[in-house]
Amino acid sequence: MIPQKFEYTAPKTLDEALLLLAAGAKPLAGGMSLIPMMKLRLAAPEHLVDLGKLKDLNYIRETDGTLHIGATTTHAEIESSPILRKKCPLLAETAAAIGDVQVRNMGTIGGSVAHADPAADYPAALQALEAKLALKGAKSDRIVAAADFFVDAFTTALQPNEIIREVIVPVEAAGTGTSYQKMFHPASGFAIVGIAARVRKKAGNIALVRIGVTGLSNRPYRAATAEKALEGKLGSATEIQNAAALVAKGVDANSDLHASAEYRRHLAVVHAARALMTALARTA
Amino acid sequence: MKIRVTINGKSYSHDVEPRLLLIHYLREVVGLTGSHVGCETSLCGACTVELNGKAVKSCTMFAVQADGASVVTVEGLATDGKLHPVQEAFWNEHGLQCGFCTPGMIMASKQILDRTPKPTEEEIRHGLEGNVCRCTGYQHIVNAVKAAAAGAGK
Ligand SMILES: Cc1cc2nc3c(=O)[nH]c(=O)nc-3n(C[C@H](O)[C@H](O)[C@H](O)COP(=O)(O)OP(=O)(O)OC[C@H]3O[C@@H](n4cnc5c(N)ncnc54)[C@H](O)[C@@H]3O)c2cc1C
Ligand code: FES
Ligand code: FES
Repeated sequence: MIPQKFEYTAPKTLDEALLLLAAGAKPLAGGMSLIPMMKLRLAAPEHLVDLGKLKDLNYIRETDGTLHIGATTTHAEIESSPILRKKCPLLAETAAAIGDVQVRNMGTIGGSVAHADPAADYPAALQALEAKLALKGAKSDRIVAAADFFVDAFTTALQPNEIIREVIVPVEAAGTGTSYQKMFHPASGFAIVGIAARVRKKAGNIALVRIGVTGLSNRPYRAATAEKALEGKLGSATEIQNAAALVAKGVDANSDLHASAEYRRHLAVVHAARALMTALARTA
Repeated sequence: MKIRVTINGKSYSHDVEPRLLLIHYLREVVGLTGSHVGCETSLCGACTVELNGKAVKSCTMFAVQADGASVVTVEGLATDGKLHPVQEAFWNEHGLQCGFCTPGMIMASKQILDRTPKPTEEEIRHGLEGNVCRCTGYQHIVNAVKAAAAGAGK
C-alpha cells in the first residue's frame, strides 16, 4: 500500500507552517488517520506540512482556571499528564481509551479533533467540558466553542488554511466527578458509542450535569434534555436510569456494519447510565 | 529528500522519497528485516519499533518523519550476543509459536516495562492491545512479560 507522491516539509516555526498551509499544503500531525487514508488513496495531498516537529504546539499549560493543550500533544502525553489527571481527569481518561499504545504515542489531540471522525473519543469529553478550540491561520486567530466546531462527519468549522492551535478546557471545580464510558470496536478500539459525563454536587444535590455523546450520530453533541432531568436531584439509581433513557431521544443514529441504529441507541443509554453512576461516585 | 536516522545506535543517511514508509525503509533500504509487515493497516503491530523511546507502528509513518530521530528495532536489543531480558523471557516462557508477531510483541512489551516496571496482568494486556498474535492465544506472551518484569528486579 503505497500512497501517491507528495512533497514533504518539516518547518521549524509555526509561522512558516502557516504560510505553507496558506499556499495549499495539508497538515500532518501524528499521521494515525491521514496516513491510512493516503495508503488507501482516499486522500492524496500534494504537499504535507509536518506539524509534529513544531515545539511551539506541544504543551500543557494552566492559566487562570483554564488548561491549554497544544495541538500536537499526543494522546499518550494527555493520558499520563499529572496536571490533567488532577485538574481535568475526564480528558486524561478519554485519551487512555483511544486505540492502543502505539496509536496513542503518535496520534495528537489536534489531529483527532480536526479529523472529526464520528467514532472518535475526544469529542464526547470536549462537549461535556464545554471546551474551546483556538484556530490559527496566517492572518487569523479565533476561538470556537466545541459545540459549534463539529459540523458533520469529517466536517468542521476549520477553514482550509487554518490549524487547530490549542484545545482549552476548564480546571474541574471541587466536588466534580467525571467518567468516560465507551463500547470499544473490537479491532480498532474506536467508539461504537462513547459517553462522557461530569456531575457536580452541592449540599447533597446535583448542581451541574454535562453529558457529551460521540459515535451515535454524525456529530458529537451534549444531551441537554438528559442533563436537565438530573439537575437538582439527589442522583438515585432510578433518577439516573430515567435521565440516561433520554440521551438518544430524537437523535438520528448512525447505522453501519458494526452496529445498527437501534443497537447504538441502546448502547448510548447503557453507557450513559454507567458514566453518570461512575461520575457521581467520584464526586465524593 | 535527504534523511539522517540513528538506527540501533548506528547513524544512517539516505536520500528517500517522502512517500516511503518507515517499515519499508528499515527492511528494504537499511536491510533490517526483523520488523515485520503483517497487516500494513496499523492494526497488527508486527511492524512496531521504538522511535525516540516510544513504541510506534512503522507501517503508519513515513521515513522522512524519522529524520533526526533514533530508532530501535528488534535487532538492536541484544548486546554482545546476550539477549535482552524481554527476549530471554519470550524464549523461556514459549511466548511465540510461528514467531511472526514476535518482533512487534517484544518491542511493545519493552515499552510496557520501560513505563511500568512491575505491571499487573491487566496492564500487560492493555499494553499489548495494539499487537495481534494468531498462534499463541496470548497467555504465554503475558507470562513472558511477567517473567521479564520479575527477572529485571534481580
Ligand atoms: C489502529 C488505530 C486505532 C485507533 N483508535 C482510535 C480510537 O479508539 N479512538 C479515537 O478517537 N481515535 C482512534 N484512532 C485515530 C487516532 O486517534 C488519530 O490519532 C487521530 O484521529 C488523528 O490524529 P493524528 O495526530 O494522527 O492526525 P493526522 O492523521 O496526522 O491528521 C488527521 C487530519 O487532521 C488534520 N490535522 C492534523 N493536525 C491538525 C491541526 N493541528 N489543525 C488542523 N488540522 C490538523 C490533517 O491534515 C488530517 O486531515 C485510531 C487510529 C488507528 C490507526
Ligand atoms: S504491519 Fe504495521 S500494524 Fe500491521
Ligand atoms: S507466534 Fe505466530 S503470530 Fe504470534
